[in-house]
Amino acid sequence: MLPVLSFYLISSVAIAAAFMVVASRNPVHSVMFLILTFFSAAGLFVLMGAEFLALLLVMVYVGAVAVLFLFVVMMLDVDFSEMKRGFFSYFPMGGVVAVILLMELIVIGGSYFADSEVTPEPRADGLSNIEAFGNVLFTDYAFFFEASGLILLIAMIGAIVLTLRHRTGVRRQDITKQVSRTRKDGVELVEIESGAGTGE
Amino acid sequence: MTIGLTEYLTVAAIIFVIGTFGIFVNRKNVIIIMMCIELLLLAVNINFVAFATHMGDMAGQIFAMFVLTVAAAEAAVGLAILVVYFRNRGDIAVEDINLMKG
Repeated sequence: MLPVLSFYLISSVAIAAAFMVVASRNPVHSVMFLILTFFSAAGLFVLMGAEFLALLLVMVYVGAVAVLFLFVVMMLDVDFSEMKRGFFSYFPMGGVVAVILLMELIVIGGSYFADSEVTPEPRADGLSNIEAFGNVLFTDYAFFFEASGLILLIAMIGAIVLTLRHRTGVRRQDITKQVSRTRKDGVELVEIESGAGTGE
Repeated sequence: MTIGLTEYLTVAAIIFVIGTFGIFVNRKNVIIIMMCIELLLLAVNINFVAFATHMGDMAGQIFAMFVLTVAAAEAAVGLAILVVYFRNRGDIAVEDINLMKG
């Protein structure tokens, strides 16, 4: 009974939070509701027996992606109330598309998989979820694992290259320049006649 | 009374539809559109994990992890593009994005 109750609780929270992401006026609130959605989705993953993915979801999304969104929302100085203007003019068409899509998805899901069970069972070999996950990931999918690392590297380099800019007129410390200075271009010896001063 | 595949697929379908609806409704705000894309990918992930548990096959969970990886990379690059665009234009109204005249 407890899994059933928690399923309905968690999924209603997830759906309500997902709706608030779309409907919220303030983008900062949207990000907060996105965090709530991902948190409840992690709860659903736990109910399905995918503990490792649940932890991964919390770490990657709540820890990294949501914070990234938050930073960008707060960095950009945009009038967000202006952005919400077309909300109700697009509402009817969006609503029609949404209802049609939902009907299609539910009809397919409901008719094909009506009596299918999703009950996490203890594995026959006694492995935990993480062990079973690793056994498959690092053997059959090792190449794809490496490839996903490469994708992350490229994304990181791309994000840095896109946002890096060298402003002119900013004094920066150049370590190489400092270290390679010699006495010759640092000090100048000036002969001054006695009693004449430097002339300045 | 147990929770079957249908319930999980329905939750995923509702979240997916909310994501699509959000893209339609919030045409002006790119940041909300990107959050809606994250919602779509989350719905796909829920489906993957539900089927993985249903079939007792680990490959579904592995694939969900790859989807997570690509979603994170996409968010990083997308937000970087957004920041550069804002720096150049001082605005992020998507309706005006026609620099390429496509």
